[in-house]
Amino acid sequence: MDAGPGLEFEREIVQLENQLAERERLADRTAEQEAEIRTLRQQLNETLREVYANLTPWQTVQVARHQSRPYTRDYLKLAFDDFVELHGDRHFGDDRAMLTGFAKLDRFKVMVIGHQKGRTYKERAACHFGCAHPEGYRKAMRKMSLAEKYHLPLVCFIDTPGAYPGVGAEERGQAQVIAESMFKMSRLRVPVICVVIGEGGSGGALGIGVGDRVAVLKNAYYSVISPEGCAGILWKSHQYAPNAAESLRFTSKDLQGLGVVDDVIEEPLGGAHRDHHQMASRLKTYLSRTLGELEATPIDELLENRYDKFRRMGVFLEQAVAEQGSEV
Amino acid sequence: MPDAETSSNRPAPPDTGPSATGPSATGPSATRDVSAEAPAVPKKRGVPEGLWIKCPGCGASLYRKEVQRRLNVCPNCEYHFYVSAAERVSHVLDDGTFEPLNEHLRPTDPLQFSDRKRYADRLVAEQKRTGLSDAVLTGTGMIRARRVAFAVTDSAFIMGSMGSVVGERLARLIERATEQNLPLIIVSGSGGGARMHEGILSLMQMAKVTAALARFDQAGGLFISVLTNPTMGGVAASFASLGDLILAEPKALIGFAGPRTIKATIGIELPEGFQTSEFLMEHGYIDRIVTRERLKSEIAQAIDYCGK
Repeated sequence: MDAGPGLEFEREIVQLENQLAERERLADRTAEQEAEIRTLRQQLNETLREVYANLTPWQTVQVARHQSRPYTRDYLKLAFDDFVELHGDRHFGDDRAMLTGFAKLDRFKVMVIGHQKGRTYKERAACHFGCAHPEGYRKAMRKMSLAEKYHLPLVCFIDTPGAYPGVGAEERGQAQVIAESMFKMSRLRVPVICVVIGEGGSGGALGIGVGDRVAVLKNAYYSVISPEGCAGILWKSHQYAPNAAESLRFTSKDLQGLGVVDDVIEEPLGGAHRDHHQMASRLKTYLSRTLGELEATPIDELLENRYDKFRRMGVFLEQAVAEQGSEV
Repeated sequence: MPDAETSSNRPAPPDTGPSATGPSATGPSATRDVSAEAPAVPKKRGVPEGLWIKCPGCGASLYRKEVQRRLNVCPNCEYHFYVSAAERVSHVLDDGTFEPLNEHLRPTDPLQFSDRKRYADRLVAEQKRTGLSDAVLTGTGMIRARRVAFAVTDSAFIMGSMGSVVGERLARLIERATEQNLPLIIVSGSGGGARMHEGILSLMQMAKVTAALARFDQAGGLFISVLTNPTMGGVAASFASLGDLILAEPKALIGFAGPRTIKATIGIELPEGFQTSEFLMEHGYIDRIVTRERLKSEIAQAIDYCGK
């Protein structure tokens, strides 16, 4: 996969990739050239391993936002056997930032809801760069109802910088729909799997993020606020975004440590943008296995567990209160 | 989702400011009064110190005690000044009936978060400044002899933002209301939304409290959400928007994204009165705008209508 416009920390990697591609283009290669290719490949793999094992949180954000990173629509093509797109919220419009429809994965018929960013500029503009409006969340809720009625498990792909901040969005109840969508998901009577595939931007992400399993791809991130937004407020300048990224503890490893996500799905060497097929296949394996597990659990038990999972989230001190006999 | 606009104003609460007029405006006897009581009284938020105050709504000079007598509302233009959580309890609940719950839950610093200041230090400073342990008070009490579960967030404590303690106290309160079949009243005043300093854990409090409300709803519980200035971000996008009834104080700032964020994104002037209570009612998102003076009786009335 083309790495697209280069990431600063990938410069050495891209150089090696170019050198390798150049050598591989030669038709009749001498034994010496073959050896050189092997060395270059080894060197490339080592560099990839080295760089990607030591990404800073800010670099992780760059990877999660990479324009060549697979989006919801890519996974629908590569990991699913069929996809029937369903449009519209039946109130206002059809938000392109929220992609919804029937899909098949192995033996499972499911409902898929996912943020869509778009790859070309035209697509990106149509999708508002993955920032959904209230009609997007209403569209999602309609499809959730449909899934519930016909017992289709729900698969949500989260990939948004955040819900759209705009006049129309406020007029049409952005806060309201995100709250309602979480409310609905918390008691939806079908299995729900949510996977953060790229950016998990705040309430816009959580609006389709309440599920029985919440997973995150290795180089995705999930945060209460964008690092730029946080830096703007607390450091008074967006330039401090890398500092905010450190402080916010939002990488897949942190999220698992904080008990916010159940699973981390490994990415191909050098990130999902390097190998869409391999990434899709890993995702498919995860979804298929998890759907099987959830399907085997009675729905009331799933709902109980779903409640408990979110109910446990948070870290606080419980000071001893003698008269109440609480533990510390 | 913290809101850039309001969060950047901290630590000043919405209505404090250099609006107290100087002693020179009030004559010699007033000067004596002010200087006599000033050292003894800790700095009051909301209605600024001084015998006379200037209303940010209409610009009128108001006699401070008169404003306080009217529950911190301007007698001229009905501008609603900030009130603390404790004052709100006294406005809404019957005297002496509030029994706080889960005060022993204390915030900590799970991320070891540090911006220009360590979160751990910020917490201590905020606790000292406000006398609160975190941004919400929860408990049970009576409203005109009707027993209720009651919560109020205080916008003075890190912008009234929701971290783990706010989420946990609310979830426990909602569970208690569910068990004891009590009407639930939550008064929100939170410009900060989900608290940045506890990162993703704050975001997850939105889901936690919302899930507790879904169960409460399933059990037939009555939830009255009262929105006050300001209610933004992750608080607006979770429990505050989920009331069976949503009431709002006049002219409160209520919304998802901060006005400054929106302006920066779309680059146009925002419409007059954008994101006010009146704007929200116009667009169909709140049931009633209720003045502070009428709040208690309107809540009591709603409880009676809903047969609780």
